[in-house]
Amino acid sequence: MSHDEDEMVIPQLADRVISEEIAVSVSDLDVTYRTTLEKRPTLKQAIVRMGRGKRSVRTIEALKDVTFEVPRGTVLGIVGHNGAGKSTLMRTIAGIVPPTRGRVEVTGRTSTLLSLGVGFNRALTGRENIVLGGLAAGLTKEELDERYEQIADFADIGDFIDMPMRSYSSGMGARLAFSVAVHLDPDILLIDEALSTGDAVFKEKAAQRMQELVDNSSTMLLISHALRTIINMSTEVIWLDHGKLMMQGDPEEVVDAYTEFVHVKKTTAAMNDM
Amino acid sequence: MSRAAATQDRPKQVYLPHRAGLPRLTTYVATLWSRRHFAAELSSATMRAAHTNTFFGQFWLVISPALNAAVYFMLVNVIRGGSAGPDFFMHLLAGLFAFTFIQTVVTNGADSVVKGGNLVLNTAFPLLLLPFSALRTAFLRFLPTMGILLAFFVYFDYFGPHSDSCDAITGACSPLNTIHFSPVQFLAIPAFALLFVFAMGLSALMATLQVYFRDTSQLLPYATRIWLYLSPVLYYADQMQPWMLKLEVLNPLFPMLTVWTDTLIRGVMPSTAMWLGSCAWALGSLLVGTFWFISREREFAVRI
Repeated sequence: MSHDEDEMVIPQLADRVISEEIAVSVSDLDVTYRTTLEKRPTLKQAIVRMGRGKRSVRTIEALKDVTFEVPRGTVLGIVGHNGAGKSTLMRTIAGIVPPTRGRVEVTGRTSTLLSLGVGFNRALTGRENIVLGGLAAGLTKEELDERYEQIADFADIGDFIDMPMRSYSSGMGARLAFSVAVHLDPDILLIDEALSTGDAVFKEKAAQRMQELVDNSSTMLLISHALRTIINMSTEVIWLDHGKLMMQGDPEEVVDAYTEFVHVKKTTAAMNDM
Repeated sequence: MSRAAATQDRPKQVYLPHRAGLPRLTTYVATLWSRRHFAAELSSATMRAAHTNTFFGQFWLVISPALNAAVYFMLVNVIRGGSAGPDFFMHLLAGLFAFTFIQTVVTNGADSVVKGGNLVLNTAFPLLLLPFSALRTAFLRFLPTMGILLAFFVYFDYFGPHSDSCDAITGACSPLNTIHFSPVQFLAIPAFALLFVFAMGLSALMATLQVYFRDTSQLLPYATRIWLYLSPVLYYADQMQPWMLKLEVLNPLFPMLTVWTDTLIRGVMPSTAMWLGSCAWALGSLLVGTFWFISREREFAVRI
């Protein structure tokens, strides 16, 4: 099924307000990476290449002709195999990677949780990193002063907040990073595989905070391989395969189609680990 | 939260294919300005992090230039035989500290984008903040060196030889001290401002170059060392070979450092040609560096 055959289905969950307003509109989007064959372009290789009359550029079509709209208030799950273009899609919506063709329109302030602890400096304390991470993510100084305590409290890592981050366990680092990201008060939150953060208690808290964000009518785009999370949280799901939009619609339906497609039985294990 | 009010101030962004051109400059500069605290914090964090494991910590900002001065003092006044006098020593220090500023900008600027990979890939912001943040770091490292220079200046002004003092036995005379405070020294502030603007462009230029040609940072230590030897730092401009002097029209630091040491150390007014040369290099570097960077920066995310 391709995207244009697929009528958009917005499930009207009892307590969700899905606005008519479009938060994200992606039309005819192509993203092509031009990458050099070498990992690190150097003069030597350039000379060798010139001698052989070869060009070093290889193109990778990460997204092909993708069109969809996300109404405000939607929680859009994105599923697909590794390398399907999910992260590229997020980066394009965030304005990090430019489209090669097509158009992306975003109404509202976006906040990205594409990778944990972006901008953090491991030699500095948790407190210093809240400031650094917050400013990196686009908070103003005033907003940061306002939310600073909230962020520190939410991370709930005790005395470690005043110790250098290199002394943290990876879970603690992730909690701090997650805490910064969900206190940005974004209209549109882009999350890439960051939900499985911390221990059970923190997961619970994280899920609650996400629900709050969603309730405050912010729009959320969510990448996860944990299909159970996708079904539970999303109001709508899109499925990408090799850069193409395969299907968009009701979470259960899309996830079913996706699992069937990859020939995986919908066992509990698969639901959690895929 | 009032939903209607929130809708009104929701910014709308449209991302279109990027054809190696410049973004709307007014918007770009406005975003750059609104995110300035981030660049400042990034640079402060780098500085704090640099010395967290050392015993002297932030004192290294003063210790390292002081040691640097000591090494050159030894070179000039001990190894070379001590005939140079305070004038030359001050010339050397002022030149060296200014050159170190440029060198730090070049080195850190080159790494700013490539080493900021995680930020570049996961956050949307005007990337010019990265080399500018490196520039701020270099500037903050430069400031304490001026304290050291001032201390030497005060010392030579008060205690330096004020008349020809000759050794009664050998008859050797030490040169007359000409280190004195003068109003012309205030012109060192605009002279440094020109160096700063020049460095601004240079940091952006180096950052872009490093993205496309990763060997840049390997070559830089040698390039900057040669640049130091070709600039009037370890000697006076008038001690240069005539053929070299002709080539100095290509060296941005020739007019800039001449203006800097003339005003700050010798307290004399540099020639108009030197001022104009400095302005031209500063402006040229700023325009070429920043425009090249901005026109390419949206490609950086897929290049690093």
